[in-house]
Amino acid sequence: MTNMKRRTLLKGTLAASAVGMAIGAGLLTPRAVLAAWPKDAFEAKSVDAVVNGLFGSSELEGNDKIKIKVPDIAENGAVVPVSVEVEMDGVEAISIVAEKNATPLTSSYNLGPNTEPFVATRIKLGQTSSVIAVVKAGGKLYSTGKEVKVTIGGCGG
Amino acid sequence: MANTIKVRAKLAGDVTTVKALVSHPMDTGLVKDKKTGKVIPAHFIQEVTCEHNGNVVLTALWGVAISKNPYLSFQFKGAKVGDKLALRWVDNKGESDSGETVID
Repeated sequence: MTNMKRRTLLKGTLAASAVGMAIGAGLLTPRAVLAAWPKDAFEAKSVDAVVNGLFGSSELEGNDKIKIKVPDIAENGAVVPVSVEVEMDGVEAISIVAEKNATPLTSSYNLGPNTEPFVATRIKLGQTSSVIAVVKAGGKLYSTGKEVKVTIGGCGG
Repeated sequence: MANTIKVRAKLAGDVTTVKALVSHPMDTGLVKDKKTGKVIPAHFIQEVTCEHNGNVVLTALWGVAISKNPYLSFQFKGAKVGDKLALRWVDNKGESDSGETVID
């Protein structure tokens, strides 16, 4: 290869990897990152459609290794604390689904390789509903749910 | 945008526990403004990314049912005291913010 061509090739490769690193470091505004928001899953109106939209399958195995903590009665449906802890290895993703919400998917969490299978947040519940944790581990899907009684619905209106 | 992220990360044994609180309306798009009668458009964080040492430790994909001023907690291994943890969010309007904390 001529000197000039080799220099251009190396420059191109360095630039590409620098861009890659910058995206990884969150320094660039990544269109690609936004494109990863699973619109179909978030707009799905049933638990099955949510799980299909997220994971491409709706075969869920019940599992007692998923510990879901929610209040029995939600004082305020707009702010319901939820925590999910999984006593399994190889958990890749945890999703929190509110069965009776108009669009049941509240959130989904993709875990890094060293990330513990635990997540906690606060969600809105429109009415008394099961809160279901869907867990992807070792290529399979598991779920556990707990009912939360809601007196004042949290989705407004 | 003013800093909307409060994040703390504490190491106990080999596990770092991260707790974050983000200021954001998380409007569902389903609520009418009582004064104007017009629907308040959906305005919510769609994605939160947390990085440690250049590695993404968590990606949170959020919808309108995450409560206003969202809270997030998670845990990961492999960090040392003094390491930095970065948190960044992007919402459906393309707005974003990022924050950092030192693991203690």
